[in-house]
Amino acid sequence: MNLLAIFKPEHRQTLHYQVVLLGGVALLTSAVMGIADRLTRTDIANRQLEDLQATLQQVVPTGSYDNDLVRDTVTIQDGERRVLVYRARKAGQVQAVSYQVNAPGYGNTAMVVIIGVDRNGTLLGTRVISHNETPGLGDKIELSKSDWILGFTGRSLTNPPPEKWGVKKDGGVFDQFTGATITPRAVVKAVKGGLEFFTAHRAALLDEAGTVAGAKE
Amino acid sequence: MNQYRGIFTEGLWGNNVVFTQMLALCPLMAVTTTATNGLGMGLATTGVLLASNMLIAGCRNFITPDVRIPVFVLLIASLVTLADMAINAWLHELYKVLGLFIPLIVVNCAVLGRAEAFASKQPVQAAAVDGLAMGLGYTLALILIGGCREILGSATLFAHASLLLGDSFAFLETTLIPQYKGFLLMLLPPGGFLVLGFLLAGKRALERRAQQRKTRLAMNPNPAAGQTAAL
Repeated sequence: MNLLAIFKPEHRQTLHYQVVLLGGVALLTSAVMGIADRLTRTDIANRQLEDLQATLQQVVPTGSYDNDLVRDTVTIQDGERRVLVYRARKAGQVQAVSYQVNAPGYGNTAMVVIIGVDRNGTLLGTRVISHNETPGLGDKIELSKSDWILGFTGRSLTNPPPEKWGVKKDGGVFDQFTGATITPRAVVKAVKGGLEFFTAHRAALLDEAGTVAGAKE
Repeated sequence: MNQYRGIFTEGLWGNNVVFTQMLALCPLMAVTTTATNGLGMGLATTGVLLASNMLIAGCRNFITPDVRIPVFVLLIASLVTLADMAINAWLHELYKVLGLFIPLIVVNCAVLGRAEAFASKQPVQAAAVDGLAMGLGYTLALILIGGCREILGSATLFAHASLLLGDSFAFLETTLIPQYKGFLLMLLPPGGFLVLGFLLAGKRALERRAQQRKTRLAMNPNPAAGQTAAL
């Protein structure tokens, strides 16, 4: 009971009361946060998984695979970067892979592009996931603003040949935007880098190391 | 009842968070590129403001002046975090639209400002009315500024409103000038300051005119009365 006496109005000015009040509020709010985190954690994780699935479906067409794309992943070391690759299989064989590529956008801001590549190295789809480009100029790389990003579908490192992988201003085949060359140039470079990554790590990506070695015997 | 009406008009107009108190300008500049964004941020802020005002008014007798600020900060930050987690988990479609704005509410000094200036001294009901009114006043300011920037910047109004409010509100989405190239400056931060400046000037002018009319009426009530009758 002595402890509770501290809450009587005449004790409000004591140092004890201030300490207990602040500590109590901190303890109470932390407890509420903890409970709320437990209640929402699985739901939030599920929602994020659904978001990821929705993104992957845009770059790897549904129906072309029969596995759980989101859970069939492999991490590949590419220089200093670790790339998380999602693999789409049909009857156990990898049909397509999807992964993120990073590109420095206008003013060296972060830009993240996700690409889907089939087993022959042809692009199935490309989407810009996040960017900080200027609204109205550089944001035409978003599908909701312009269908420019769809121009990558069906391209590969032989179509067009590597030296033509650039915006038209640089002698390439891809359109630039009026007033914004740096942004599309960065996306083209990133996608090309993504395809080169595929060529460099093809066996690992397609999970064929074993079968290739077996065929040679 | 009259007391509540007074609190309400104060929040919406007389003591508007943005146009009079000049608070909460940081999130305002960040989100008001479209009217829809403004509406979303406004609604989220209103919810947090209402809850924080009620909570703080409810505990006001326990909170001593010496530690009130850290206690308020703790309570507000917890409320915002709770709102963020709950919307993310259970209203995920809304979260995709609002997710960016909810953490910004923590840096909204208007929430702490109302806790300090009003809720810590008033009963719960009055604090609730104040929180609601201040929140709606803020929403109004955000929609006004967002609307102006959107019309000037991209000639649309309430673009993507159906993402925020559901498909039944798709009628809000209007394109004023098709094929409009856009006045980019308005969508960039300077546009926010420009629009805010012009709207502030407009509100001051309205208030000055109202003041002048009041003094004229006080000095010589008859001609003004005749004028109103003629109208």
